[in-house]
This record gives sequence, structure tokens and C-alpha cells, in this order.
Amino acid sequence: MSKFKKKKKGLPAISTASLPDIVFMLLFFFMVSTTMRETDLLLQPINFPSATEVKKLEHKSLVSTIYVGKSKDARISGDKIQVNDKIIDVKDIPSFIFSERALRKEEEVKYMTTSIKADKEANVGTILDIKEQLRDINALKVSFSTKGTNVRSNY
Amino acid sequence: MARRENSEINAGSMADIAFLLLIFFLVTTTMDVDSGISRKLPEKSEDTPDVVIKEKNVLDIVVNRNNQILVEGDQQVQVTDIKRIAMDFIDNGGGLSASKDGKPGEPCDYCKGAKDPSSSDHPSKAVISLQSDRGTTYGMYIAIQNEIEAAYNELRNRLALQKYKRSYKDLLRDYKDNGSKKTKEKIDFLKESYPQIISEPEPIK
Repeated sequence: MSKFKKKKKGLPAISTASLPDIVFMLLFFFMVSTTMRETDLLLQPINFPSATEVKKLEHKSLVSTIYVGKSKDARISGDKIQVNDKIIDVKDIPSFIFSERALRKEEEVKYMTTSIKADKEANVGTILDIKEQLRDINALKVSFSTKGTNVRSNY
Repeated sequence: MARRENSEINAGSMADIAFLLLIFFLVTTTMDVDSGISRKLPEKSEDTPDVVIKEKNVLDIVVNRNNQILVEGDQQVQVTDIKRIAMDFIDNGGGLSASKDGKPGEPCDYCKGAKDPSSSDHPSKAVISLQSDRGTTYGMYIAIQNEIEAAYNELRNRLALQKYKRSYKDLLRDYKDNGSKKTKEKIDFLKESYPQIISEPEPIK
């Protein structure tokens, strides 16, 4: 009967051989889905307005972003405009758009969109000034960036 | 000296390396999608002819610096009322559309509005004018834009359901997924039936 004698044995150790595979899978997922933060915001964190009728911006590479908000320095009042890593004047927006255009292929220029990320406390006057500048240089596709759907929180 | 057999490389620390990279990407990743209200700005040209638009074909919305909204110059409303007002105005269909290529204008056969002769003639003629003050807050401005957009979307959606038995949103999604010409034609038709004509005059200083 020794054939059937049970051997006293502890639980076998769980094999960790597939652990690297799992981790690599996660790693690749995050590597693919990641976008590095390109700009450091020089403004106060932006409080986005909300809207329900939104469209997602496709083709991230064709989007140029303009930030509008209050300066981090509380002594400076009024709306400030930031592109890339600099705070600029409204009049410098055309040159910013031109420099963005120069980076793209010519046939892509007409699909370029300007995303305006403005704080909900900003003044419409500033936004309209930006729009006027964009119209001047024929950058007509604009998206007003929003977050969330609670429109009531806007006002 | 005895030559050692090629021993296997120890892969035990592979996981550690991968974990390190994984944590790095976990920390740096941002997955926010940029979404927002998209608008096409009107083109600027020097020789814009003055267009005469009848008063009744314009819905006048004015916002002052205290975020108060005035519609048609006499009616103070809340943001949430704008959608209904805009829909009633666009969908009124009280007259004929503009004559195109020599063809006379047609009445709006898909409109379900009140057909009030003192309101807009046809969706293709109805202009919404949004005048804001320089001091209006951006949040308010977006809320109003959102309401106007919602009015157009709902009208297009209604027509889409009636004509194609499919919602406007679904059509847009279909087009994005397969990009067929037929869907594009449908969307274009809906857009043409209820074109977005929004005018933003100079802000009040």
C-alpha cells in the first residue's frame, strides 16, 4: 500500500515566472497611452468651464493650445495668455500660430485646430481678442476646451 | 581550468526592471482627452458686402458684465431658457427659404414650429446673434454657446430620427467609424437643413 501513501508536502510555491510578462504588458499599455506633459503652466491651475455639447479633439498633433487664466503671481491682475512656456501678449498670437504651422506639413495646415483652454473666470473680452487675432491669420478652427458636464457650475 | 557550460541568464530581476519602468510611466502619464465646443470662425475679407437681414430673422442675445441675459431687447432670461427660445426661433418656419439658383424659396416642410409670421422665416435664414460684454465671464459665455449648440443638435437629431430612424449622434459616430459616403451625405443634409448661423458682433466696451 505504499503506493498510495500520501506524502506530506507543503503547498508548492506559486510560480512567478509569468510575472515579468504581466508587468511588461502593463508597461506597454502605459507606454502607448502616455502623453508627456509638454508645458509647464505658468498660470494658476485652470478651472475649466463645463459643457454638454462637446466634441473630442482628434489628431492631437494638429492642435495648438492657448491657455488663458490668472497669473500665479497674485499681484498681477487681469487675464494672462500662455503659449508653450511663455506668457505672451495677444498681438503675439499670430506669430505663435505661424510657428506652429511651420512645424506641420503644408497639407495638414488646414486641419489645424486651436484649442483655447481658458479659466471660467476669465473675461470674454480676452477670448474675443484672441478670436480676432486668429481670424486675422485664417486660423479658423477653434475649440473651447471644457471639462465635465455640469453647466450650472459655470456661473 | 574547466570551461563552464553556458549557464542561463538569471531572469529573476527582469520583473524589477519592468516594474521600475512601469512605475515611471504610471507617474508621468496623463490620459486626459481634450474635448470642447468647436466653432468655425467666420473668414475675414475686406470686401464683405453689407447683407440686409430682416429684424425678424435675427435672435438677439445680449449678455452684460453682470452675466445677465437679455433676449430680443426686452426679455430677461436664464441660461437654461435659451435652448427653448433658440429652438422655437430656428424651427419657426414662418416664411420661405432664400431663393437659390433662380429657384423660388420654399416653405420649411420639416419645421414643427409655430409658423409665426413675426419670427424667423426659415432655418436657413435664422441668425442667432450673441453679443457679449468684455467683462462677461467666460463660463457664462460657454454656457450660452452650449445652449445654442444644444438647440441646433436637438433639431438636427429630431430630423434625423424622423428621416433616417437614427439619432444625429449615432450618425456622427458611424461616420467616424467607417467614413462611408452615404452617412456623410445624411449628415450634410441635416447640417444644411439646420445650418448654424451664429453672429458675434463687437463686444460692448
